[in-house]
Amino acid sequence: MSMLKIPMLKIDGLHVRAGDKQVLNGVSLEVGAGEVHAIMGPNGSGKSTLVQVLAGREGYEVTAGSVSYQGRDLLALPPEERAREGVFLAFQYPVEIPGVNNVYLLKAGLNAVRKHRGLPELDAFEFLALVREKMKLMHMDESFLNRGVNEGFSGGEKKRNEILQMAVLEPTLALLDETDSGLDIDALRVVANGVNSLRRQDRAIVMVTHYQRLLEYIEPDRVHVLSGGRILKSGDKSLALELEKRGYDWVKQEAAAA
Amino acid sequence: MSSNAHDDALEALVGQKYRHGFVTDIEADTVPPGLNEDVIRLISRKKEEPQFMLDWRLKAYRHWLTMREPHWAHLRIAPIDYQAISYYSAPKARADAPKSLEEVDPKLLETYDKLGIPLHERARLAGVAVDAVFDSVSVATTFKERLAKAGVIFCSFSEAVQKHPALVEKYLGTVVPYTDNYFATLNSAVFTDGSFVFVPQGVRCPMELSTYFRINAAKTGQFERTLIVAEEGAYVSYLEGCTAPMRDENQLHAAVVELVALENAQIKYSTVQNWYPGDEHGRGGIYNFVTKRGECRGASSRISWTQVETGSAITWKYPSCILTGDNSVGEFYSVAVANNYQQADTGTKMIHIGRNTRSTIVSKGISAGHGQNSYRGLVKVLPSALNARNFTQCDSLLMGDKCGAHTFPYMEVRTPTASVEHEATTSKIGDDQLFYCLSRGISEEDAVNMIVNGFCKVVFKELPMEFAVEAQNLLAVSLEGSVG
Repeated sequence: MSMLKIPMLKIDGLHVRAGDKQVLNGVSLEVGAGEVHAIMGPNGSGKSTLVQVLAGREGYEVTAGSVSYQGRDLLALPPEERAREGVFLAFQYPVEIPGVNNVYLLKAGLNAVRKHRGLPELDAFEFLALVREKMKLMHMDESFLNRGVNEGFSGGEKKRNEILQMAVLEPTLALLDETDSGLDIDALRVVANGVNSLRRQDRAIVMVTHYQRLLEYIEPDRVHVLSGGRILKSGDKSLALELEKRGYDWVKQEAAAA
Repeated sequence: MSSNAHDDALEALVGQKYRHGFVTDIEADTVPPGLNEDVIRLISRKKEEPQFMLDWRLKAYRHWLTMREPHWAHLRIAPIDYQAISYYSAPKARADAPKSLEEVDPKLLETYDKLGIPLHERARLAGVAVDAVFDSVSVATTFKERLAKAGVIFCSFSEAVQKHPALVEKYLGTVVPYTDNYFATLNSAVFTDGSFVFVPQGVRCPMELSTYFRINAAKTGQFERTLIVAEEGAYVSYLEGCTAPMRDENQLHAAVVELVALENAQIKYSTVQNWYPGDEHGRGGIYNFVTKRGECRGASSRISWTQVETGSAITWKYPSCILTGDNSVGEFYSVAVANNYQQADTGTKMIHIGRNTRSTIVSKGISAGHGQNSYRGLVKVLPSALNARNFTQCDSLLMGDKCGAHTFPYMEVRTPTASVEHEATTSKIGDDQLFYCLSRGISEEDAVNMIVNGFCKVVFKELPMEFAVEAQNLLAVSLEGSVG
């Protein structure tokens, strides 16, 4: 990261409470354009909370700290504005919306984003051409477009659908929340290939994961260990390997000693 | 609905419908409030009815005097003063009517705007005192000619009583007898007008019949009477209602609809009801107490009711099917919305009498604000109905935490060979679903519409295409601002 450039995402001392539980205790993180960051950590460490707060989910209270995205106060924007400004969250548990066509949701989302960016909205034909292209990437077949959003999808299909949405919406900052969970090895490969094909100089990716396995397929520039609502250690991809071998306790001890 | 193409199509459709207008005659005369035999005689005389009609009305009236207002529904109803109602009022220019659109409630105008209703129609719907209604006699005439060629009779009920008295006498009251229930009996005594449809044997009605195209039918007012008869092998699809919220000074509406399907005949009856629901505090809305019933009289006949109910302060309505003919089929698809202080108690009755009769009930209730939505359904299988089958699905969607959804399913099965299935779900518009849509850049309003339309999809599928599009739009307007 050049010292002169404003980072795409700058989280500074973020404290977040959910109900009466303090979940994040001062997270600071900078992510530059083109970078891929992995956030790892034990269960309940606040990983999912972090990305949910970034995407604008209700039910969390930011008690201190700030988040700037492309130089703007991200926390001041409602979730749909964030999405239109290029923030995308791939859900850990994609939601089913019965009766709403997958293709319809995708088109509505894309056109809302395009409108916001001053681009003309796509009509049904243009949209279909685009989405078919992106579907090849995710090895998905046509029938899937006219099914209800995530309705009756297998775990793998849901995750692929998330990455398809990412491919269609072309975000600037993609947040992937345990996109690898519940995937068998073939599905993981498809999803990872999809994500890799979406890596670009002007796009940042932050992925939350439990396992080093995903990072074999999507190679991160930085790895962070989140525990107890704080980032305890950061490093390059070799940190992930070390975590895989040694678990998280040594990181906690190291942090406690410091 | 964020696609332009979709919006354009919508506007085109909504606009198109209202462009046709209709013909009516404007005269001022109203009988003073109150109900007695003289008033009924007067109504009958005004309408130049044959004797049998007057006799029937009087029988109904005398029976009504012995009845009590029903109070079993899950509704709170302010007392109705039946002597304060004027039972005959020809459409006329009212002195206190708004003189121009400037005097009309801006909120109402906003709604018309959203529905894309043309300006001249807005004036009529809002009750502006102009006589510049309408015209498009040519459209109406072409329409009537096509029907006549096919042998279909489609006219106002009054016209039918005069021109086809034998048909009216043969079928009137055979599905909903004048003794049926308090409101139906009252309607039988005092009904003013409505529609009459007769499709002769073997004829497939060449177009969807819409009340909108009714020719010279006076405004039906509060006591509407409709009779549809499909003879052997005939088919007809009838659309009732209108998506524009109609202002009406009459608070009580008690309509009766009777359908008769003979052997192999099929009647599809679709309703979009959007009467004035009252303001956001529930004041001034319409009470809609309707008796709708069809009889599958012949073997292998089929009657389908599809309704989208978004209006009225109080809705009390159970479109039903009596499945008399062997192998006959009854269907009921409903979307009912209760927002603000609206109350809806609606559902259906499926009475299985013939063998191998089948019925399907799909009810989608949406409650928002302080709305109370009740589904009340009866599936009755008589001993004669061998191998009868019913499937009922009842889903409720809640928006917010001040509304209510209630389900009252009744089943009476008197043959062991019958199969009756009931499924019910209640869900809240999920924060999860909403956030999922928002996180894809979709606005909250659009997200809610999308989720609600998804919920109602199976019912909308049953509506004729242009009606389905309007119904979706209407739902969006009805639920505006219900979440968040």
